[in-house]
Amino acid sequence: MSTAETKAAGSKPGRKAPAGERVADWADGRLGIYSLAKANMRKIFPDHWSFMLGEVCLYSFLIIILTGVYLTLFFHPSMNEVVYHGSYVPLQGQRMSEAFSSTLHISFDVRGGLLIRQIHHWAALIFLAGMFVHMMRVFFTGAFRKPREINWLFGFLLFFLGMFTGFTGYSLPDDLLSGTGVRFVDGAILSVPLIGTYLSMLVFGGEFPGGDFVARFYSVHILLLPGIMLGLVVAHLILVIYHKHTQYPGPGRTEKNVVGMPLLPVYMAKAGGFFFLVFGAIAAIAAIATINPIWEIGPYRPDQVSTGAQPDWYMGFAEGLIRVMPGWEINIWGHTLVLGVFIPLVIFPLVLFAIALWPFLEAWATGDKREHHLLDRPRNAPTRTAFGVAWIAAYFVMLIGGGNDLWATHFHLSLNAITWFVRIGFFVIPVLSFIATRRICMGLQRRDREKVLHGRESGIIKRLPHGEFVEVHEPLTQEQLHTLTAHEQPKPLELEPEVDKNGVARKASMGQKMKVRLSKSMYGEDKFVPKATAEEYQEITSGHGHH
Amino acid sequence: MSSQDIPEETLPSKQGDTREGAVTVKGDPFADPGLPPHEHRVQDIDERAARRSERAVAFMFTLSMLATVGFIAAYLAIPIDKNIYVFPLGHVSAMNFTLGLTLGVALFCIGAGAVHWARTLMSDEERIDERHPIEASPEVKAKVMADFAEGASESAMGRRPLIRNTMFGALALMPLSALFLFGGLGPKPGTKLRKSKWAAGKMLVNQNTMQPLRPEDVQVGSLTFAMPQGMSEEDHDFQVQIAKAALMIVRLRPEDIKDKQELDWSVDGIVAFSKICTHVGCPISLYEQQTHHVLCPCHQSTFDLSDGGRVVFGPAGHALPQLRIKVNDKGYLEAMGDFAEPVGPAFWERG
Repeated sequence: MSTAETKAAGSKPGRKAPAGERVADWADGRLGIYSLAKANMRKIFPDHWSFMLGEVCLYSFLIIILTGVYLTLFFHPSMNEVVYHGSYVPLQGQRMSEAFSSTLHISFDVRGGLLIRQIHHWAALIFLAGMFVHMMRVFFTGAFRKPREINWLFGFLLFFLGMFTGFTGYSLPDDLLSGTGVRFVDGAILSVPLIGTYLSMLVFGGEFPGGDFVARFYSVHILLLPGIMLGLVVAHLILVIYHKHTQYPGPGRTEKNVVGMPLLPVYMAKAGGFFFLVFGAIAAIAAIATINPIWEIGPYRPDQVSTGAQPDWYMGFAEGLIRVMPGWEINIWGHTLVLGVFIPLVIFPLVLFAIALWPFLEAWATGDKREHHLLDRPRNAPTRTAFGVAWIAAYFVMLIGGGNDLWATHFHLSLNAITWFVRIGFFVIPVLSFIATRRICMGLQRRDREKVLHGRESGIIKRLPHGEFVEVHEPLTQEQLHTLTAHEQPKPLELEPEVDKNGVARKASMGQKMKVRLSKSMYGEDKFVPKATAEEYQEITSGHGHH
Repeated sequence: MSSQDIPEETLPSKQGDTREGAVTVKGDPFADPGLPPHEHRVQDIDERAARRSERAVAFMFTLSMLATVGFIAAYLAIPIDKNIYVFPLGHVSAMNFTLGLTLGVALFCIGAGAVHWARTLMSDEERIDERHPIEASPEVKAKVMADFAEGASESAMGRRPLIRNTMFGALALMPLSALFLFGGLGPKPGTKLRKSKWAAGKMLVNQNTMQPLRPEDVQVGSLTFAMPQGMSEEDHDFQVQIAKAALMIVRLRPEDIKDKQELDWSVDGIVAFSKICTHVGCPISLYEQQTHHVLCPCHQSTFDLSDGGRVVFGPAGHALPQLRIKVNDKGYLEAMGDFAEPVGPAFWERG
């Protein structure tokens, strides 16, 4: 059967297919696009504002790549010393690296160069912030559960790598502020026991600062890390499409379906349009808000520094750790263990990875091996929500630590007091937030239960014939009843009896005991409010209650 | 078009109450009632409203076109060094401000138009797709396991352990070559971090005036930065050397100096300390005259210069190294040797 005949089957005989169709036919014969389109063109995506957070990340990533490619055309990743003769008068005649002078060139001599630089930097801040918030959305709604654990890890890795891509990026101009940050990284590397000095020499091609790190950071920043990240983004998206999107519980929404609107045309327009909204907003921000004015900061000199030195926000957590850690140093057998720097260096990834590993801990403690596509409301998973809030609390306490000097100067506080507050708060505040959040979640569960059983408080006060005042409660619709009761309440695991029914002794392993204990602490009796049952509901609605 | 012209069948009241996916369980008040009926937007039933939406979308797309024209005009017309005053931003680059705003509007209006189009004119009827389990059916799994077993047995991997073991050995060893290649990234540390440009007889050169310092140049309460005689910004390794040699000099009243060695190493109350913080190497630049404390602005380590550079607060782990100085026969301050210990952040071999 020839192609012409196949085509004739699809369109009216005796008429040539339109040009677009012929191109599509050509591509289909080579790429199989019709089968792809059949599966995906009308793919259903559920609608919720929080599903847009991931899109913000995707689009800011694309914007970063677009503007970044433009910047590479003008930037010279070189630490060769030059004397500046460009158009920015205050720095003329100053010695600086070529990296710094080419950044000045981009900012002052390339038409639109400053705008692209500022879009690039703003988009990076928004990218990291977007990933943080998107990650929290996924965490608090339990969207990371089977089958999405691997995609959760991909997303987490993107956040983690994004931090280092950002760091290597803002270090490139070789300005006084970023150079100070690189100096800090060198100090952190030197603190590594046994191999610290060797690592430092390898990273900087000799002693700090040397003449190599800009060129090395450059290839890491524009090639190595973004290459890995692009791969992760593609894999992340493929898995989103393959798993189909999660959805919130509601009428008509089940674990076995996905309810929403089709990719073509609705999400084509909405998601495609959203790219332009994000890009437009970032361009406007770059027009009105200066970011990283390296011409005010000046070129890097290892013996100079400015006050109020702050990294970009996503490094504030690491900065806080290094600032509040007591300066412990152990000198023994002619060697120095620099705990005051090395411990923060170790805690930094440990704290971050704690949230990345939660899904696996939760799956282990629940023993749940089913797929989950309906999202949890955060209140209905009190322990998870409490853990997430505690993690955020630890993160934000360290952000305060990272800006302790700014808190001190802006709020007229004692720097030492803030540092001590952070030192203690890092341990205490997450625990308090955990307890408070779990209580709040259970309070909200109790409210949902009341609402299901007794209806919505209408605000109408009615006086009964015998003088009593009651508030009229409006019963909920079946849709509302269903939405509020659709969630599951996991039961804690139980240890199997030590002696089975045939009388054979069976000892539970340590792992098993730990698992059961963890499961009880997460889902035990006082850790949730039992949701309303149909029987309770019927008993109340069929009776002659006052409500 | 008046409201009488709206076709009856598009009115919400004429749409049937058929629900997809309803699970009717007798006696379960919480049963899933299924998808609620589609609620029509005003654009679905009123063609005038739909036309208003159409015009709004077209307006936004047109605005975007105008903004792009504006961008090009601004790019061509505005001098790159022109600054303008914009309330409340202050003086900003005219080029950056105009290009950014026109680009922003051009992009944003495309997005706003597309989203408004999708929200008001495209169908907003919810549809249902079925999900299928991600994991394979038992038959598929059985087939894969059988295929794998067949392939594995054909490879003879299990029967010929010699091949298997040597292959793992080769693959495990091979990355070692990469390890050596990366070893070429930098030299061995040696004693590089222990030595600075300071040596006996090198005069202390004021970094502002580039002149050698005399004791009378240093006043009580002032903070002076110095580097070793013979160093110049033009040196190819200036950055590396100044990262270790940077020095700060203050003058205290000799009776205020609490540490005996510090007093011994000073000249008439003039003490010279490394400027590089012992925490992670920031240059220390804040000096409090009354308490003789210096503060590192990066991580707020605080050192007491009247007490041997001891750490009084913050994350630094050890005191600032002091440089032993004297007055030479020409009346200038000079070093009596290198720092007695490595300057800057601590490291494993520091000891």
